[in-house]
Amino acid sequence: MAYDKFTVLTSSAVPLPIENVDTDQIIPARFLKATKREGFGENLFRDWRYNNDNSPKEDFVLNNPIYSGKILVGGKNFGSGSSREHAAWAIYDYGFRCVVSSFFADIFKGNAINVGILPVQVSPEFLDKIFTAIEADPKTQLEVNLPEQTITILATKEKEKFDINGYKKHNLLNGFDDIDYLQAMKSEINTFAESSVY
Amino acid sequence: MSNTPTTLFDKVWDAHVIRKIEDGPDVFFIDRHFIHEVTSPVAFLGLENRGVNVMFPDRTYATADHNTPTVNQHLPVQDPLSANQLKALETNSSKYGISHWGLGNPKNGIVHVVGPENGITLPGMTIVCGDSHTSTHGAFGAIAFGIGTSEVEMVLSSQCIMQPKPKKMRINVNGNLSKGVTPKDVILYIISKLTTAGATGYFVEYAGDVFENMSMEGRMTVCNMSIEMGARGGMIAPDQTTFNYINGREKAPKGEAWDKALAYWKTLKTEEGATFDKEYNFDAADIEPMITYGTNPGMGIGISNHIPLAEEVGGGKSTYEKSLNYMGFHEGEEMKGKKIDYVFIGSCTNGRIEDFRAFASVIKGRKKAENVTAWIVPGSHVVEQQIKDEGILDILTEAGFQLRQPGCSACLAMNDDKIPAGKYAVSTSNRNFEGRQGPGARTLLASPLVAAAAAVTGVVTDPRELLEEAAV
Repeated sequence: MAYDKFTVLTSSAVPLPIENVDTDQIIPARFLKATKREGFGENLFRDWRYNNDNSPKEDFVLNNPIYSGKILVGGKNFGSGSSREHAAWAIYDYGFRCVVSSFFADIFKGNAINVGILPVQVSPEFLDKIFTAIEADPKTQLEVNLPEQTITILATKEKEKFDINGYKKHNLLNGFDDIDYLQAMKSEINTFAESSVY
Repeated sequence: MSNTPTTLFDKVWDAHVIRKIEDGPDVFFIDRHFIHEVTSPVAFLGLENRGVNVMFPDRTYATADHNTPTVNQHLPVQDPLSANQLKALETNSSKYGISHWGLGNPKNGIVHVVGPENGITLPGMTIVCGDSHTSTHGAFGAIAFGIGTSEVEMVLSSQCIMQPKPKKMRINVNGNLSKGVTPKDVILYIISKLTTAGATGYFVEYAGDVFENMSMEGRMTVCNMSIEMGARGGMIAPDQTTFNYINGREKAPKGEAWDKALAYWKTLKTEEGATFDKEYNFDAADIEPMITYGTNPGMGIGISNHIPLAEEVGGGKSTYEKSLNYMGFHEGEEMKGKKIDYVFIGSCTNGRIEDFRAFASVIKGRKKAENVTAWIVPGSHVVEQQIKDEGILDILTEAGFQLRQPGCSACLAMNDDKIPAGKYAVSTSNRNFEGRQGPGARTLLASPLVAAAAAVTGVVTDPRELLEEAAV
């Protein structure tokens, strides 16, 4: 599925300073019954966000109007658990384009890039700085610069480099996806399949 | 260098790389692909939108499991959304010529149970599925891991995914397991030592006496939970136990093809002196029956231990407190004796015949505790039939338990099998995340023996106490 190109994103951020945010929190299994990729944002963090009677839980960050923006900042080991891409869809559909953490679970990280969300892994120290900056000013602006591979807290000019492999970076910058790449390799794949053991 | 000793993982991985992209992932060929109703519909929509066909339909197998009822499977599925998803799997499979084992099909069951059961899973294969517990198939010396829906679309359309090669980890467990200590306890112990993110970025090989002496079903339980410490997958070198398990299964090679396959499979082991990026050694004697007390699978302890103090655990104090608060537990408390409400035995982790045999060994001659609701869910119709044929159903019935029909059930609570808010469930499944088994549900992960002991006593109980009684 095509997504918007990612270059430089400057936005305020939503802080979620909890470790091991798993995909069952991001989107509980009971909301995985759709056969189309639509409406998952409504159920993002469903059980942290809403009471059983569907009223919003006021103490949850997404229900606090002070915080907004296209960047979600989570505690370490963000996205652990299941392979459900619905978790990435829910984050994208809600309006986030970038998730920042000091550590990502593997499958989530791959899914995020595949749907057009940039996972930015920063040092634990820099993550603390971001949380502190948002605490001091909820509207504080972060700049995520994919071409330069940097994230900057604009108010303090504190900056850190982040890693992404060149292939995935190229995809995100251009809105390409892996399926386009693989479709162009079909004869090579056919040859390989013919000689494979299984 | 041809003389450099190589690992099992490298042998299988490198044999499946079609192209290495500089500063990028490998184009990685997939031998077998499993799909189910939840993570495949959007992938098929993607194919349609692009006007692309399924490249090798005979390399993909479909089974309905995540979102299926575990009672009255002969009746139409009540929930219209679930029914729609099941219908989509059937329609998509039929449209593209993919084998489909839907509800009611005798081969139906949980994807990671039916794959090995039918001889689809073989040593040296690469296997993926839109499900993180695909790591189960690593028990056969396959590289198997979970993928997202975009990748499901990649495999359907090109039989490949784009995957950076993970780092390598070996976990050795040597010595003899004590009585009452099962494969589930071994893996819960390992995860408790490595933490829920301790193997992220790695692919694990499990080695040592404990795994060599383990049955295939036990090995599947271990590899299944590799993802719960962050590893993409885990594998065990194939040996005679593996070959005996595979021999004669429907899709397994036969005759000459078997001999040829066997010769290849015997080469699938880590050579002496091969190196790993990380290696851990554990002593089997240190492992006792395990139980989790928190909200991730790394929060496990030996059943006779106390819940650790906040200062004893790594990670943030507030995250730890949030977790214990959700569970209604306090640091320093003993787990034994805690009242429980539900017992769930089943799932791709512990839904095979040996798990039900273990469960039955404890409940035989005892009665279900009155305060306990038990959901006993076989992993497949084949397992269900074995339960009946071996007389386990009679033991269950005698003790006041009922057998349900196969499916993922309360492991992820997509269907109606939801643990009510605030209730405690001793569960043989793989995740104890907040709300995993239903909104507000509190999960204690454990082995079938621990689940059985809880089911008959109504409280967290060390199964060794009951096993000893039974032996007298």
